[in-house]
Amino acid sequence: MEVKVKILRFNPEADKRPHYQTFCVDAEPTDRVLDLLEKIKGYQDGSLAFRRSCAHGICGSDAMRINGMNRLACKTLVKDLGRGTIVVEPLLGLPLIKDLIVDMDPFFEHYESVMPYLVNDEPPPLKERLQSPEERARFDDTTKCILCAACTTACPSFWSNGRYVGPAAIVNAHRFIFDSRDRAAAERLRILSNQFGVYRCHTIFNCTLACPREIQITKAIGEVKKAIATGSLE
Amino acid sequence: MRVHQFDVVVVGAGGAGLMAALYASKKATTAVVSKLYPSRSHTGTAQGGIGAALGNLEEDHPEWHAFDTVKGSDYLGDQDAIEFMCSEAVRAVYELEHMGLPFSRTPDGRIDQRPFGGHTNNITGKPVRRSCYAADRTGHMILQTLYQQCIKNNVTFFNEFQVLDLILVNGVAQGIVAIELATGEIHVFHANAVILATGGHGRIWKITSNAYAMTGDGIAIALRRGIPAEDMEFFQFHPTGIYKLGILITEGVRGEGGVLINGQGERFMERYAPRVKDLASRDVVSRAMYLELREGRGVDGKDYLHLDVRPETVNKFAALDGRTRPDGSPYRVTTEELLAKLPDIIDFCRTYLGIDPIQQPIPVQPTAHYAMGGIPTNRFGEVVIDEKNRVLPGLYAAGETACVSVHGANRLGTNSLLDLIVFGKYAGLSAAEYACQTQFQTLPKDVADFALEQLDSLRRCKGEGERASTIAEEMREVMMEHVGVFRTAEGMEQALKKLRELKERYRNLKLDDCGKVFNTELLNAWELGNLLDLALVTTASALARKESRGAHAREDYPKRDDKNWLKHTLAWLKENGEVKLRYKPVVITKYPPKERSY
Ligand SMILES: Cc1cc2nc3c(=O)[nH]c(=O)nc-3n(C[C@H](O)[C@H](O)[C@H](O)COP(=O)(O)OP(=O)(O)OC[C@H]3O[C@@H](n4cnc5c(N)ncnc54)[C@H](O)[C@@H]3O)c2cc1C
Ligand code: SF4
Ligand code: FES
Repeated sequence: MEVKVKILRFNPEADKRPHYQTFCVDAEPTDRVLDLLEKIKGYQDGSLAFRRSCAHGICGSDAMRINGMNRLACKTLVKDLGRGTIVVEPLLGLPLIKDLIVDMDPFFEHYESVMPYLVNDEPPPLKERLQSPEERARFDDTTKCILCAACTTACPSFWSNGRYVGPAAIVNAHRFIFDSRDRAAAERLRILSNQFGVYRCHTIFNCTLACPREIQITKAIGEVKKAIATGSLE
Repeated sequence: MRVHQFDVVVVGAGGAGLMAALYASKKATTAVVSKLYPSRSHTGTAQGGIGAALGNLEEDHPEWHAFDTVKGSDYLGDQDAIEFMCSEAVRAVYELEHMGLPFSRTPDGRIDQRPFGGHTNNITGKPVRRSCYAADRTGHMILQTLYQQCIKNNVTFFNEFQVLDLILVNGVAQGIVAIELATGEIHVFHANAVILATGGHGRIWKITSNAYAMTGDGIAIALRRGIPAEDMEFFQFHPTGIYKLGILITEGVRGEGGVLINGQGERFMERYAPRVKDLASRDVVSRAMYLELREGRGVDGKDYLHLDVRPETVNKFAALDGRTRPDGSPYRVTTEELLAKLPDIIDFCRTYLGIDPIQQPIPVQPTAHYAMGGIPTNRFGEVVIDEKNRVLPGLYAAGETACVSVHGANRLGTNSLLDLIVFGKYAGLSAAEYACQTQFQTLPKDVADFALEQLDSLRRCKGEGERASTIAEEMREVMMEHVGVFRTAEGMEQALKKLRELKERYRNLKLDDCGKVFNTELLNAWELGNLLDLALVTTASALARKESRGAHAREDYPKRDDKNWLKHTLAWLKENGEVKLRYKPVVITKYPPKERSY
């Protein structure tokens, strides 16, 4: 079948502002939107720019707006998008560089700001540190994050102020705050209680809907808020 | 052009590159240069686990792990390196745990382990639980953990910089040349030690589990600088790729009790590997699947088979096999357990196939997966460039791009992640130590010219030319057809001819993008050049090896031939496209070659 794909194009070396361009592509219903972009780039217009690598929803390269929703192009099938034209646009809230590519550096800076690494200066045992399956389950959901930025760039609070650390950073802080082996929860909670931290979240749920890993982001943010409010991780 | 100076430059930010960077940066100024953001590296897709004889659930020993690896390699692996890797494995896994890796846990809080193909109890010959895992996301957790540790330790990253060339001055590595994707600007990284950790090159084949970015850049760059590639004919086809898409379904599915079933409803692996059945080595299972398909026993007359992990199927065969849990009780699974242990696999099947593997079998076919061959190194990560293992000073390689060789003719599952961690570490340590006691040499003025020439020759925009994508498609087809699971002289000669034709046509490409900013078309075209070179070297090496061993199965030479072929291939690519082959001996310590059966 033939599908129309309408893409927001922007070439910083030639264009003053972004504009739409529509391509017709031969597609199977089971094709990924990423397959369509590859076909366009490979056979119609090689200058189309987008990021991709794994092609099965694990590397987090190809988050973009597809029919107005933040999704991974490689995890969105044509058959799930209805019959009309498929509209593909870059993520909002991060500086546009070219076509579907936005500047990811501000996103990764927020991620780095929440100490996204295990802190524990006690001398490790000879073997593994013990952790019960229940303790491990406590932070399982937030270990799944692939740093695709779909959540943060779907968040109106982030759009209105890019200094907000955003849901992805909070998810990654959560992953360590609730890890029984970690010792820096207090410090992370302090970072997240500042004016660009968790209180910018107004429970709009856009992030949770956008997450391709189905992480319960709003719930995780809620748990962090509660930990800040009560001073306890229970 | 901008010039940077570091003691050590690491190319690639997958498991191998990050581990190398962590260790190198403890002693020496270190930069990581990667064409992808680190968290996008293909290590993140690894599913099933990392092998180490922790013995958390049952008796196990590093020596058993070493023997299994030697046997899995069809005796082509270097046994000194294998013994070293397997004895380091235990410490490596504990180190990852201490770094924060969230392994799945046993009820008593230790790292959980699952069985995997080819890993056995050396006394009973039965599968042993050796794969340390985090659900079916072990690679994701390793990549995240190492990246997190690099952030913690302030490692310097140059993300979305693509390396194009290696700088050699007076026969010594002195850095690399890279292009910054966002600007198109050329950067020279002047360094006393360079570690290549650029991953695999599975994009040569049509059906593959490999990411778009796996184009073998490191090996191709090295070949162009006169460095040989080792054992390139050995490329692993993983038995269970999703039909047509090639997306991997981890062997962990069979570890949890899943079985392969043909169109006649038969569990055919019983015939090919009576003892370990579905958990035989990958080369053995992939060949069995091809033979089943060739005999017309595919499902519904098509070229796929079923991987069945429905609880009732698993439990039926577990009962027939008499499989037990560590406490001796009969092995039975529930839906909940499978959902917890294989969440991503279930998600892939739902997303891409619209089926639920708890209720329906998964259609699978072998998929190109892993490069056993690569840049020759010793066990310290130093690149060695001839039959006498002469070291090229200042150059190191680690991970899938390297060939130590611990995988020989066929890699066991879970041994690649292990290879990254162990040899990534030692490459980082050796590189830093060497770099700190070495003086920088003056770089020649034309240091970036070779890289620029390569891009300029592609950039001849407009004109008639041909699109890179048609050439890529033809390459993948011909490699799948003739240099896949089974090979013959006739087929491979055809493939060689075709590849030479494609290389000729490649000189006359048509590109639409003449810009500097994120010119991904240009860089994809450059990557295609790498793939073509590696396809050529792979095919030439395979054609010359007149025997069957591990992943290299020749229909015209169906037997292993230790008398003539117990040796590693070294292949040089000349400027005129000719491939020169020489050979070096395999290191044998304790395990004399034996017949291999599962
Ligand atoms: C789907 C799948 C599942 C797997 N499961 C398992 C498993 O369960 N257990 C196991 O042991 N193994 C598994 N493997 C194999 C294993 O994951 C890989 O072999 C391993 O992760 C490779 O790691 P690496 O660090 O060598 O390379 P990669 O992780 O591929 O990283 C390569 C790096 O090099 C960079 N790079 C490449 N070219 C350039 C260039 N020109 N310039 C700059 N940077 C460059 C990339 O940006 C990237 O950062 C699996 C593989 C696949 C595909
Ligand atoms: S939380 Fe989900 S949407 Fe946000 S970055 Fe992580 S994976 Fe992407
Ligand atoms: S390409 Fe990796 S997530 Fe889509």
